[in-house]
Amino acid sequence: MKKLIALLALFGACSFAAPVIAQDKPAVPVVEAKPAGATAPAAVAVPPAAAATPAPAPVPNKGDTAWMIVATVLVILMTIPGLALFYGGLVRTKNMLSVLMQVFVTFCLISVLWVFYGYSIAFTEGNAFFGGFSRLFLAGMNADSTAATFSKGVVIPEYIYVVFQLTFAAITPCLIVGSFAERMKFSAVLLFMALWFTFSYLPIAHMVWYWPGPDGFTDAAAADKLTATAGWLFQKGALDFAGGTVVHINAGIAGLVGAYMIGKRIGFNKEAMTPHSLTLTMVGASLLWVGWFGFNVGSNLEATGTAAMVFVNTLVATAAAALSWLFFENMFKGKPSMLGAASGAVAGLVAITPACGFVGPMGAVALGLIAGGACLWGVSGLKGLLKADDSLDVFGVHGVGGIIGALGTGVFAAPSLGGVGIYDYVANKTAPDYSIMGQLMIQGTGVLTTLVWSGVVAFVAYKIVDMVIGLRVPEEEEREGLDVTSHGETAYHV
Amino acid sequence: MKLVTAIIKPFKLDEVREALSAIGVQGITVTEVKGFGRQKGHTELYRGAEYVVDFLPKVKLEAAIKTEMLDQAIEAIEKSAGTGKIGDGKIFVFELEQVIRIRTGETGADAI
Repeated sequence: MKKLIALLALFGACSFAAPVIAQDKPAVPVVEAKPAGATAPAAVAVPPAAAATPAPAPVPNKGDTAWMIVATVLVILMTIPGLALFYGGLVRTKNMLSVLMQVFVTFCLISVLWVFYGYSIAFTEGNAFFGGFSRLFLAGMNADSTAATFSKGVVIPEYIYVVFQLTFAAITPCLIVGSFAERMKFSAVLLFMALWFTFSYLPIAHMVWYWPGPDGFTDAAAADKLTATAGWLFQKGALDFAGGTVVHINAGIAGLVGAYMIGKRIGFNKEAMTPHSLTLTMVGASLLWVGWFGFNVGSNLEATGTAAMVFVNTLVATAAAALSWLFFENMFKGKPSMLGAASGAVAGLVAITPACGFVGPMGAVALGLIAGGACLWGVSGLKGLLKADDSLDVFGVHGVGGIIGALGTGVFAAPSLGGVGIYDYVANKTAPDYSIMGQLMIQGTGVLTTLVWSGVVAFVAYKIVDMVIGLRVPEEEEREGLDVTSHGETAYHV
Repeated sequence: MKLVTAIIKPFKLDEVREALSAIGVQGITVTEVKGFGRQKGHTELYRGAEYVVDFLPKVKLEAAIKTEMLDQAIEAIEKSAGTGKIGDGKIFVFELEQVIRIRTGETGADAI
């Protein structure tokens, strides 16, 4: 109990300390310096600004709103129970509940931190790396507040935008659980999650996704001015529709760093660590797939034709990746496995995530085929080279798949390859020229930025947790299993 | 009296039970076990990790047999449990000193 209180106090401390540090870091003055800063620039998340213009403020469309509510629920389904079961089935019986708990409770913790300060730091105007504090504790928001979409004059209720983005923020740290499964202290997991979420997820989300919305893009000068207020990678033109960098590479590298810092499980490569229920893993992977339609299609923020295209892409890329994984598995390892099918599907989902709104269905299939083979290498060949006990292959699947997806987006978004290209909000049509090499360089910048940023933040966060709480459970507890020793219960009574 | 212990392939259990019933064996006790013999284990592959499974699942059955029925019982098990392939299992025969039916207190061959 004492430990728990200390832990809560720590969360409290870091939730309030975070904005201060965030403010200290960048040299660029943040918006909050001005008294009226919160409402000054146009558009996203700042409804009162509309009062300055004579046109009536746009009202959310009921269809869009209904879809976003459904999409948000689907993304919750991805984490609990989807991801929890996917991971849970892969560990040994004695650690089943510990994995379920780590995912479940991380989801709860990040949900609360998100409405305290996460949303504000990620999705309000600040500098290119961190947002501002105008929405701390969702200040100034009510049922009439709106958030911009990708269409001019189309908005959705800001509340649903907040929770939709909350589900992304919550699933990302949960992905990391797979790397250090079966050996980390529960309290250490939670403290790490709070730190990493604050200093890696939030800035990366801001860098990639924050922009002031399309409404103000009336001419080139206005567009430049507005783009300058967006996140760093957004300004560079990095394409990440639903979170290849923000979610998957971000979590993948944090997991890999964790696997190194926490060390291998006792008996790794000596004892059999076979998944205890591939049945549950299949159920979890399937729930992830279903939920991913909320994740990817919901990222369109509107129920439009593009949303339908995203749906098709999410379906066929996943199917192609599962087939591709099984094909190579059968060829190199002798048998096509259920775990291979489930892992291949997840690899495809990861890879199509950044691309789903930019590529055509055949581009999606190609991306899926590449991702299936690449991630199989990620969990076997690459894993051998890395020599880390990334227990459930977070880096092999999410890191590698995320990188394939991010780079592949740059390639398959090209109209010449069936993609939709890049939309020019000033000309109100797709930009006529698309350079694959140019975009690939930009995508590469996004990938490297995320790898380095998240890797460094994760390293520091693990160090801090190690000093404050200690990362690992004692050897005896690890041998007995975390279910009984950390949570005092057993998953199965037979 | 003899105690016959047989290690057999799990999917052969029903046939063995039927064959023993047919010659008048009144009861058997069955346990799921793991072990290894000449039939080597197999490897299982989970993503990059390969595990050698040395111990294969088998079924162990035990039956108390009147001495005069022993040969018949052994033949019944041999016939019903055999597939002709490696891994069919083994039969062990032990001397059985005493048998007691708990409900009635009967002892010896009457209790079998």
